[in-house]
Amino acid sequence: MGLADILIKFGLILIIFVISLVMAMYSTYAERKIAAFFQDRIGPNRAGPWGILQPLADGGKMFLKEEIIPTNATPFLFIVGPSLAILTACIGSAVIPWGQKMTIGGHIVDLQVTDINVGVLYIFGVVSLGVYGVMIGGWASNNKYSLLGAIRAASQNISYEISMGLSIIALLMLTGTLSLREIAEQQHSWHWNVLRQPLGFILFIVCAFAETNRTPFDLPECETELVGGYHTEYSSMKLGFYLFAEYINMFISSAVMATLYWGGYNYPGMDWMNGLLGTTWGPLFGVAIFFIKICLFIFFFMWVRWTIPRFRYDQLMDLGWKILIPLAIANIVLTGIGSTLLTHFGF
Amino acid sequence: MSTFYFIAFLSIFFSILVISAKNPVHSILYLILTFFTFTVHYILMNAQFLAIVNFIVYMGAILVLFLYTLMLINLNKESEPVKPFMVKFAGVFGGGILIIALVASLKSIGISDPVVLKNPDLGLVKNLGKVLFNEFLLPFEVSSILLLSAMVGAVLLATKDPKAA
Repeated sequence: MGLADILIKFGLILIIFVISLVMAMYSTYAERKIAAFFQDRIGPNRAGPWGILQPLADGGKMFLKEEIIPTNATPFLFIVGPSLAILTACIGSAVIPWGQKMTIGGHIVDLQVTDINVGVLYIFGVVSLGVYGVMIGGWASNNKYSLLGAIRAASQNISYEISMGLSIIALLMLTGTLSLREIAEQQHSWHWNVLRQPLGFILFIVCAFAETNRTPFDLPECETELVGGYHTEYSSMKLGFYLFAEYINMFISSAVMATLYWGGYNYPGMDWMNGLLGTTWGPLFGVAIFFIKICLFIFFFMWVRWTIPRFRYDQLMDLGWKILIPLAIANIVLTGIGSTLLTHFGF
Repeated sequence: MSTFYFIAFLSIFFSILVISAKNPVHSILYLILTFFTFTVHYILMNAQFLAIVNFIVYMGAILVLFLYTLMLINLNKESEPVKPFMVKFAGVFGGGILIIALVASLKSIGISDPVVLKNPDLGLVKNLGKVLFNEFLLPFEVSSILLLSAMVGAVLLATKDPKAA
């Protein structure tokens, strides 16, 4: 690996980091605008034209607010909580293939930070680590509402991780690889996995909602019962990090869903388009397609949030353990039978 | 090799902190760090699959459950049980015997020959799966039945007695 390659890798990491943060920033703006649209309001429209500078104003406000660490809190862990939340949110993007390999001035640039051969499991590990930020923050606040929020988050994450893992297993049985790059390449042009795994995709998206703590699964921060849930005691940018981590998680899980099930950067007629645009602009067009898919998923997250009310806690547990897990196991069995029959009769 | 010694030092350091921390929640947090150093050990040995599974199962699931249970229990200074003298004595006695055994084993210490694997990629998913489902198929299936029976037992214990209800 020469110096140029290392520089390119470094630049790619920087670009992905900035894109994740900007996407998360403008997701907050989009959320407020979409909520306004759904409720027949106007939404933020004061900062800049159409309120487009609103996220900057929000960020500035968060930074300038007074920082409070409660007297009874554990100070070190109180700070570790939100730091861990934002850290786990940001490292998930390392294994996502953003586009095909492209050529810039003789260099072949791989639009993926690292292609480890257990990429799917890496994503899964990062997701399972994400709950520690919430749990440590909620416990360190030394507040009953925070603790209840943290405990809810822990049990919810564990319950939905199981069905998420099981729904991925059915997909892996078809792809035969754990590398996200290979999974993306198998879905060339229109051979998207969602056509082969419709039930698996529905299970996965429900679990993704639960893992990112989005409505209707936002019980850990349910304001009608728990004041503010795990972040009741937080103020200033530490609160901002918790809220921000949720939007980054939403962006990353949309990217994962698009890669695993909706073809990633592939689209019908991509060979023709690549021939037309060449090896630099063709892959970039694929990246644009990928981001359109991600934005559609983020819109779907918001659409659901402003449409469906929150679950009751027992309903949440029933859905996770009594409906999703049996469905996921049935999906695995059906996938096994289906793929065996297909290879046996040689279709 | 120096990386190995550094990580090994961290593992031992954090595991000592696990047992010496006063607060049980801090203990669990140190245990998480200990398991994280184990993950790094696996990566150093090129066993990527084991590393990531250790990461998901131990750090991501089992310790979350530990933390969850500890947070549910009210662990205050007042509610801490006072241990009788005999229990403390038995603890010290047992620990002493363990130290004697460890020190005695130092006598026969020697630098072992490093094991050279025939296939350095043995730890990758593909090879591990082939080994598990060919050579070690029976133990693998038997252990899965063991886990299943443990799960059924847990469910049985957790369900209320229908006669009592």
